[in-house]
Amino acid sequence: MTFPYTKEVLEHFRNPRNVGKMEDPDGKGLEGSAACGDMVAVYLKVNPDTLVIEDISFESYGCASNIATASVITELAKGKTLEEAKKITWKEAANALGGLPHVKAHCSVLAVEGLRSAIRDYEEKHGMVVEKEATTTEVVSKRLKHVMNPMAGLDIIRTELVLKVVVEEGNVRIVLDIPSTHQFAAAIKEDIVDKLESLWDVESVTVDFIS
Amino acid sequence: MFNETIYLDNAASTRLDEEVLEAMKPYFFDAYAVATSEFGYSMGIDAKEGLERSRKVIASRLGAQAGEIVFTSGSTESSNMAIKGVLSALKGKKDDHLIVSRLEDFPVLNTAKKLDKQGYKVDFINVDGEGVLDLDMFSDAITSQTALVSIQQANQEIGTLQDLKAISDICHDKNVLLHTDATHSFTRVPLDVSKLPVDLVTMSAHTIHGPRGIGALYIREGTPIDKWMDGGFQESDRRAGVENIPAAVGFAKAVELVTPEENERLAAMRDRVIERAMADIPHVTLNGSATSRLPQNSNMTFHYVEGESITLHLDMMGFAVSTGSACFSRSLEASHVILGIGGDHERAHGSLRFSFGRFNTIEDSDAIIDALKDVVTNLRAISPLAEDN
Repeated sequence: MTFPYTKEVLEHFRNPRNVGKMEDPDGKGLEGSAACGDMVAVYLKVNPDTLVIEDISFESYGCASNIATASVITELAKGKTLEEAKKITWKEAANALGGLPHVKAHCSVLAVEGLRSAIRDYEEKHGMVVEKEATTTEVVSKRLKHVMNPMAGLDIIRTELVLKVVVEEGNVRIVLDIPSTHQFAAAIKEDIVDKLESLWDVESVTVDFIS
Repeated sequence: MFNETIYLDNAASTRLDEEVLEAMKPYFFDAYAVATSEFGYSMGIDAKEGLERSRKVIASRLGAQAGEIVFTSGSTESSNMAIKGVLSALKGKKDDHLIVSRLEDFPVLNTAKKLDKQGYKVDFINVDGEGVLDLDMFSDAITSQTALVSIQQANQEIGTLQDLKAISDICHDKNVLLHTDATHSFTRVPLDVSKLPVDLVTMSAHTIHGPRGIGALYIREGTPIDKWMDGGFQESDRRAGVENIPAAVGFAKAVELVTPEENERLAAMRDRVIERAMADIPHVTLNGSATSRLPQNSNMTFHYVEGESITLHLDMMGFAVSTGSACFSRSLEASHVILGIGGDHERAHGSLRFSFGRFNTIEDSDAIIDALKDVVTNLRAISPLAEDN
């Protein structure tokens, strides 16, 4: 039989490691969206003294690359400290899988982002983010790169869906280049609010549409 | 060389029928000359007779005259020729206005998009949730400047049939030429151009167990159409290039082999796969119409899971099916058909098309659903979307 993936990818795809939702995780990250067709959730249990990842699991809605990368990432991260795990790159995951098709890079990058966002979630919850960076339009725009434009399957910054970003005394206002009646308006708005309201100095998030 | 596969992707292409191959052989090894005029040499005259006999078979299946059939390299060429040829012939006589549906297959859709960029006026007509053309919007879109309408008879992915009678009547009343892409419907669904005022019809052989690389375009007598590839004077000076006679003969044989009984058999397999999926697997949506669809096509979305993951698992279990998921396609774009019927990306990503052919049996319908049940259950178990279900 002829398959487009290496035997390592197929092995992780058929028998994914560390799968499933975790009860009471210490940290969790969710990247991607159903609309764009790829989604990864990563859950962590962290030893508070050693900061070692003692348990990790994932869920995936996505293609074979996505599932296999998420699976291998959990193996790579398990037993590592948060600082070590943060440094795991997409390249390392791809190498552990014997390579990934180039066009599938974006599907598998999500798994790495899922791990990093789970670590960030842990750090934020445990007051480990010492130097608190003030939220600026740049910080907001950077976070909006993780909100998908379901029409294009790419993020809303890259596809120029965001017309305006205003940050004033903890109040963030985003203007999107679609009407409020658009079929994806509510979903994108929800995703934006979700990504921004956890910022430490943000009090309110408003999303406006062009009409 | 290859493993045994239960092949359910007959809409993409089909296995050649041995009888087709047998019919073609003499034109590779005996009458292999080009078609000559009646004043040529014997082998060329024999070849020519084979070609013309094939033309008659295809014409008669369509209710057309033999002289109204032009052989092409396939449906991509037929549709390009129909649209570009007619617009070119009407240039200066009618304004450059073209109307197509949003669900057209790529030969029509991308021809229309390119013409749109080149300055033609192109309207893309919406469809409803089952893929049926909005006849009011369609009728309103036609103006005195409309040169051509191109609406498919049946959809390539979801199998929805259009009301070609109503569409052709509207075009006829408004004096506008109508092209229909019948790649997936020819011989599977009735079409009689002696009864319906359709002016151009795209047909293909490889979707009905004929060879690849051969198709035909029906051109109603008197339809203005320019030659769009320059070259020799073949096909009554309408299509240049040495005729592919063995393939044309194979095409005619393939047409003869499709019977109403076979179409009923395919419809039974289609109904079985839909019925079983709906009964055995939760959260399944039928894409397309429950009543008005190609006998050989079924298409369903299995929610909360992604199509490429499903097809890869099925492939490892020995099944070939296709999905509208972006991850599966060469372009990495989700199916424009599922999006066109109002579906979101999630619906496209989890969609599977099962298309049946002569070499399938009703047991294949059961086997694929038995396999799919496990695959979908396992993928849902790791899907973050499926947690509440």
